Amino acid sequence: MEMSALEVRNLTLSIDGKLILNDFSLTIPTGEIHVLMGKNGMGKSSLAKTIAGHPDYAISQGKIIFHGEDITQFSPEERAQRGIFLAFQHPVEIPGVSTANFIRSAMNAQNKKMETVAFYKLLHENMDRLELSRNFSARPLNVGFSGGEKKRCEVLQMLMLQPSFVILDEIDSGLDIDALKLVAKNINSLRSGTFSGLIITHYQRLLDHIIPDQVHILEDGKIIHYGKPEIVRELEEKGYALLDQEEAL
Amino acid sequence: MTPFSATASENGEQNKVHSADFHFDMPYALDAGIGLNRDTVEYISTVKDEDPWLRAFRLRALETFLAIPMPEVLKPHGIDDLNFDKIRYYLANNTGSQRSWDDVSPEVKTTFDRLGIPEREQKFLAGIEAQFDSEAAYNRIQDTLTKEGVIFVDSAVGLKKYPEIFRKYFTSVVPIGDNKFSALNSAVFSGGSFIFVPKGVKVKQPLQAYFRINAQNFGQFERTLIVVDEEAEVTYMEGCTAPRFETTTLHSAVVELIALKNSKIQYITVQNWSNNVYNLVTKRSIAHENAEIRWIDCNIGSKLTVKYPAILLAGKKSRGEVLSIALAADQQIQDTGARMIHLANGTTSNIISKSISKGNGLASYKGVVHVNENLEGCKNNTQCDALLIDSCSQSDTYPKITVHGNKNNIQHEASVSKIDEERLYYLQQRGISKGQATSLCVNGFVNELIQEFPLEYSVELKHLIDSVLNPQSNA
Repeated sequence: MEMSALEVRNLTLSIDGKLILNDFSLTIPTGEIHVLMGKNGMGKSSLAKTIAGHPDYAISQGKIIFHGEDITQFSPEERAQRGIFLAFQHPVEIPGVSTANFIRSAMNAQNKKMETVAFYKLLHENMDRLELSRNFSARPLNVGFSGGEKKRCEVLQMLMLQPSFVILDEIDSGLDIDALKLVAKNINSLRSGTFSGLIITHYQRLLDHIIPDQVHILEDGKIIHYGKPEIVRELEEKGYALLDQEEAL
Repeated sequence: MTPFSATASENGEQNKVHSADFHFDMPYALDAGIGLNRDTVEYISTVKDEDPWLRAFRLRALETFLAIPMPEVLKPHGIDDLNFDKIRYYLANNTGSQRSWDDVSPEVKTTFDRLGIPEREQKFLAGIEAQFDSEAAYNRIQDTLTKEGVIFVDSAVGLKKYPEIFRKYFTSVVPIGDNKFSALNSAVFSGGSFIFVPKGVKVKQPLQAYFRINAQNFGQFERTLIVVDEEAEVTYMEGCTAPRFETTTLHSAVVELIALKNSKIQYITVQNWSNNVYNLVTKRSIAHENAEIRWIDCNIGSKLTVKYPAILLAGKKSRGEVLSIALAADQQIQDTGARMIHLANGTTSNIISKSISKGNGLASYKGVVHVNENLEGCKNNTQCDALLIDSCSQSDTYPKITVHGNKNNIQHEASVSKIDEERLYYLQQRGISKGQATSLCVNGFVNELIQEFPLEYSVELKHLIDSVLNPQSNA
């Protein structure tokens, strides 16, 4: 059997004593992109952070398997070094650290070190692809960035680091339609038979540009629906009540 | 090459480790013994073959030292293990300072080689003095500067060869009784630099002094006097290290800067004492008309540092600046600040202080900005930023501002921030280890200020901060 990229097995998760996910499972085969949808406060972002190793979330039960390796106890940097990349919903500001310097430090840490000249050549190419002006990389990371710039900066990092698995946590929020298309186009450029991902979103519009393989609907800490992307359009028209009705039937 | 690094140089390929943590057990030809009394002072004065006025000055200073109680400011810091009766006040070999490294004794030469000092000299320094315990072992200045009349010698030579300049300015900004430790230094001082830059001479490359403590239970009391004549300019840099001993070491210097009309002095300190050193230093300066004085003060090491560089803005339109970075790692106390005393119209001063506290380290800023009565057009800007790395780290700010009259402009801003988990998590999510992530945040915090420094020092300082925060990753 071909190995899955990511397997979340029977995960029970809490933060500050509050139960977020209960016996939750999710499998993403290698090469596929899945979508996780659900109402606000359902634990989607918590799941994203937990997969990427956030220290605040306590796993009381279950496992996270990445390409066959149990990473449940791994530090965030160990997970990143194995190819997991989380595009943050709210990227934090790091004053005094230039975007270029930060990306270079990250590449060095991931054994993707490049000579200075080659690094800047690649960085500028990728900035051009995201329509970011040249002075962008000299600005301190995320400090004073607009919402759209922050999201494009996340994608820039993705293009530079070439992860094998991305989690996009509401990458579409705060983007106008042109920026959304640009971001989607660049994420799509990474897609291949070995590239996988999990998209967290509320909206169909992102999925018009990044076509997912499967959709999972989360409610009360559990997947209540699993299927093809067509369900999303119906959901947007009829709301989550649609699923409640289905369950009732 | 990082001579102030406590661990290793950045360039691993060279495999040159400049560790500061080593020392030589060696005999000293001249030793004033343990403890402090009149005999100690007499001994130092005798072996240095001093004039009677200086001997009398030292003895007067000893009386003053004994009469002044321990400063209140030190008491909360727990200085119980600082015992003046257990310190050695003068240790030297009767060799004098050499002009060639080949003539320096092997232990001393090896010490400075390991710290990378001769390499630095070749690379970018106009002159250098290397002090080993009580006396300078090496002193050299470029011949072209000597021809222009620039003097850069140790204080003993300065006193003997240039008494007319030395005596005129000596104690003019730091009198004996300024504080207990200035009195102590006045009684037992030895080593330190004397610099005179004649009218109109601009020394382009820095002059550097390097202070090394090798002996245990020792006190280093250098005395530095820098006089810059009208229209002249100089940058002076001092670096300090000591091995880690179980016992206490005292470093108590006095530095006086005199900037005459239209002149400029930049004084840079990178202090990386080991954590058994009490670093209690008095630094004062006076800026005459339209002169500019800038202290750049980086305090990384020591057990306790107490130091408030002061600038007396005595001449109209004179300018003063103190840029300081303090890193208080575990168990360390950095009690630093700045004093700006505006005594003339149109004087301006700028203070930027950045402190970082790690573990249960304590960084405190104590600033004084004073504007005399009846002055106008004076400006001060003070900015104090503190960064706390752990929840048990501590930072205090005590600004004291006294301004008479309303024709002046004084601004004070302070901030305290914490490296929060979300920031570290973000960086870690990109593969960066927690230690490196912390270093990156700290470097970001001081970056804007470090850019003001001469390039050679800014690079070095970043590595030094890295090596303290992240000792493992010094590859």
